[in-house]
Amino acid sequence: MRACALAALLAAWLTAPAVGHAAAPAADIAAALADLAGADAERREAAVAVVGTTGDPRWLAFLGALRDGRVYARTRARQLEIVVGGARSSRGDRDLIEITTAYDGAPLGTVAVADLVEIAADRRLRIAIKPFLDADETRGQLADPDANVRRGAAVKLGNQASLAAAPTVEMALATEADPWVRHALAEALALIRLTHGDAAGRAAAATTLGGLRSLSAVPALERLQADAAASAAEREAAAAAVKTIERWMLLITTLETAFQGASLASILLLMALGLAIVFGLMGVINMAHGELMALGAYTTFVVQNWFRAAWPQAFDAYFLAALPLSFLVAAAAGVALERGVIRLLYGRPLETLLLTWGASLVIQQALRLWFGAANVDVSAPRWLSGGVPVMVGLTLPYNRVFIIGLAAASVAAMYWLLFRSAAGLRIRAVTQNRAMSACLGVRASLVDTTTFALGAGLAGLAGCALTQIGNVGPSLGQNYIVDSFMVVVTGGVGKLAGTILAAAGIGGLSKGIEPALGAVFAKVAILIAVILFLQRRPAGLFATRGRNAEA
Amino acid sequence: MGAYSRRDFLKGSLAAGAGLAAFGRVPRVITAQGKEPIKIGVLHSLSGTMAISEVSLRDVVLMAVEEINAKGGVLGRKLQPVVVDPASNWDLFAEKAKQLLLQDKVAVTFGCWTSVSRKSVLPVFENNNGLLFYPVQYEGEECSKNVFYTGATPNQQLIPAAEYMMSREGGSYKKFYLLGTDYVFPRTANKILRAFLLAKGVPRDSIEEEYTPFNHQDYQTIVGKIKRFASGGTATVLSTINGDSNVPFYKEFANQGLRSENAPIMAFSVAEDELRGMDTSALVGHLAAWNYYQSVDTPQNTTFVNAFKAYCAKQRLPGGASRVTDDPIEAAYFGVHVWKQAVEKAKTTDVDAVRKAVYGQEFLAPGGKIKMDEANHHTYKPVLIGEILKDGQFKVVSRSRGLVKAEPWSVYTSPDKGCDWVKHKGTYQKKA
Repeated sequence: MRACALAALLAAWLTAPAVGHAAAPAADIAAALADLAGADAERREAAVAVVGTTGDPRWLAFLGALRDGRVYARTRARQLEIVVGGARSSRGDRDLIEITTAYDGAPLGTVAVADLVEIAADRRLRIAIKPFLDADETRGQLADPDANVRRGAAVKLGNQASLAAAPTVEMALATEADPWVRHALAEALALIRLTHGDAAGRAAAATTLGGLRSLSAVPALERLQADAAASAAEREAAAAAVKTIERWMLLITTLETAFQGASLASILLLMALGLAIVFGLMGVINMAHGELMALGAYTTFVVQNWFRAAWPQAFDAYFLAALPLSFLVAAAAGVALERGVIRLLYGRPLETLLLTWGASLVIQQALRLWFGAANVDVSAPRWLSGGVPVMVGLTLPYNRVFIIGLAAASVAAMYWLLFRSAAGLRIRAVTQNRAMSACLGVRASLVDTTTFALGAGLAGLAGCALTQIGNVGPSLGQNYIVDSFMVVVTGGVGKLAGTILAAAGIGGLSKGIEPALGAVFAKVAILIAVILFLQRRPAGLFATRGRNAEA
Repeated sequence: MGAYSRRDFLKGSLAAGAGLAAFGRVPRVITAQGKEPIKIGVLHSLSGTMAISEVSLRDVVLMAVEEINAKGGVLGRKLQPVVVDPASNWDLFAEKAKQLLLQDKVAVTFGCWTSVSRKSVLPVFENNNGLLFYPVQYEGEECSKNVFYTGATPNQQLIPAAEYMMSREGGSYKKFYLLGTDYVFPRTANKILRAFLLAKGVPRDSIEEEYTPFNHQDYQTIVGKIKRFASGGTATVLSTINGDSNVPFYKEFANQGLRSENAPIMAFSVAEDELRGMDTSALVGHLAAWNYYQSVDTPQNTTFVNAFKAYCAKQRLPGGASRVTDDPIEAAYFGVHVWKQAVEKAKTTDVDAVRKAVYGQEFLAPGGKIKMDEANHHTYKPVLIGEILKDGQFKVVSRSRGLVKAEPWSVYTSPDKGCDWVKHKGTYQKKA
């Protein structure tokens, strides 16, 4: 009974126009406040309803304070007074608290906590408060400048499908301009009508929902389809709608899986590209590749902090600055590594392996000493958070779209550099025949350094991009190095095309089987597939002659 | 010259080494009262993968020791911590535990985080009658005479959280996606959660269970699945995803357009200390279940948080005054104090006497009063549901009425088992 009365009150308030809410008589409010301070749970609950039904934002703020346990009662001049507590402090052994009036928040000065009695909001009271605050919050969200927030609120109203919210939704629909929010609002409205309308209304709503391709309506539609009490027309409309939506979902799921495969493939490609160049063209097994990625990631972190400190208004642009900088930092580290140690060991792949592994430990520990062992946080710029809705039910995250673009651009740049530029010609010449190129005047050692720096820089770039996907910590490199080698080896050492194809194959395959097998077994299955493949073709997809193939 | 052989040299250096080691291990610190200090062991990983979490526990144990020593110690004797580093390696945990018990002869040990490390030291403590205080929430199904568990059991964390999500206040969710990292805690936790949900009448097809490997980064497929699962708005995710994987998961969740008001994530392994290294913007509004938060508003918590920050700053620990406290840190802290009270009650550090004195011991912990169980070696704790805020702190949205008794054997998966060290010998079969 009480719940019904509450719901009725709430409905009455919700259907009332948003502005110009009927002010409750002051006497009612005063009585309600007195009830709140009492011990009778029923009367306290009723009091919340009285206060909430005013719809006055200030009283709603008061309810919020009550829920958070910041409302106190005190007795002054034998009059009970309800106040809202603020900042606490202590002087000597006395705990003090700033208090304000319940309604308009006028300051009442600072008093001792001991003089106040807290009006505790128990579970039951909080449940009573929640719908008032929620409805207010949702209504506020529908007017939010951010389209995503508006859309979220619309989806929520649709899920609740409460009749009382219909006018609010209609009003929002009349003024909404964003097509996706409009879609969510129309969906919410149809869902409300599907739940509360008459037979004809329900059939119409079912057809509308089918037309809207509303995935969230499927449970309700299925219920209607199986409802023996519903008319044949309703059941048919529901069945048709379910069919349309399911067909649509099949399409969406396929597209989504394809996109996910492309996204994983582009991440693998970005990670492996630098390694493919260093390993493929120079025959150096660079175990520090992962740490060069970590350097790129930490560069992004540092650049972010610079921007936050120096140009907070241009914070969103930090990532654009971080991309080239992380390339340069990693490339510089690559030059140091190559000039310092690797050049002494050309043609001795096992020693190089050991040495670069040592270098990876040094870099890792240096990062740990400098930045601490814990992960650091790199925030996503606003233009890389969230996603773009392309079709009903399909949202593509910006960060993943960006990484696909970055991978494509990197590959294009590499192709141009290796096959269309003079520097690329020299790199290929040294790869094919070092002695002959040196005789013909190519400075082989300079070419080595440039090539290594290029590979290292690409690793840095990958590290920068990965900050938008995963964690940034000193052991970041270790998480990716195995996958990078897997791609390069599967692709065949020395051929960019092989690396690209291997990344696409592994990415696509693992996303293709994950929905069926789960993440753990997908990983196992991929490793088994790679092992079997390498048994058949030990040289990978594209076998080619690199410098170490000759040796 | 030639007479000094290599063997002699070896012998000499061995003797010197042993001498040094002995000297280093047993410094004869004589306090003002002329009594020898009581040695206590601290067994937390200070290097390796678990260092991220466990270093904070060492810090807080040492801080508690410093507090106790400043007030005159225990039984008039100072506490002398023996800190060892098992390096996130569970074999080494057993070895170091043996060293603490047999060589250093510590009166008590505070340590372990992962369940596998606890399982590995368990036989060492049981065979040598040692005493271990274990401060982390865990999957239960254990009842050792030589361990006191100050963290939560499943019924003090998992079940109340699921109950909250099912309640009107929590949002009356009807479908549950159990998502975890693939190891013992999530597997057992989800087994218990599933049994609980089924017992509450949740239909089988409204429960989905899924695991990911350690360090999993690509949550595209899983979030896509959750999205379809959650359409209709009555689904929630109960997550036991471990530390590192949380950032990619929450990011993907937000980027694919899922919002906490439509499909909230209830996490069991995300606390303030982990949130330090995360960009929290994607996590705001999601939930967690613990027995303590740094934001708990009690006078003793304010003191505790300030003391911890001051201690970290004073000791020049990484992070310094920006360090935060969380549930395991609090549990490690009050564990030291509970042991101290028990020793004072028993008037000895003898393990058997102290164990009996711990039963029923109460302590005003930072998060509120806690009580050690009278028989089952676990702790009565309050249960708090918190909402993640932008600054990496939690706002408490629901708290249990009073303290919740720990059930090491969940009534949903092992209804016939109980744990009692007073009337029984540990785990026993309940009579039907």
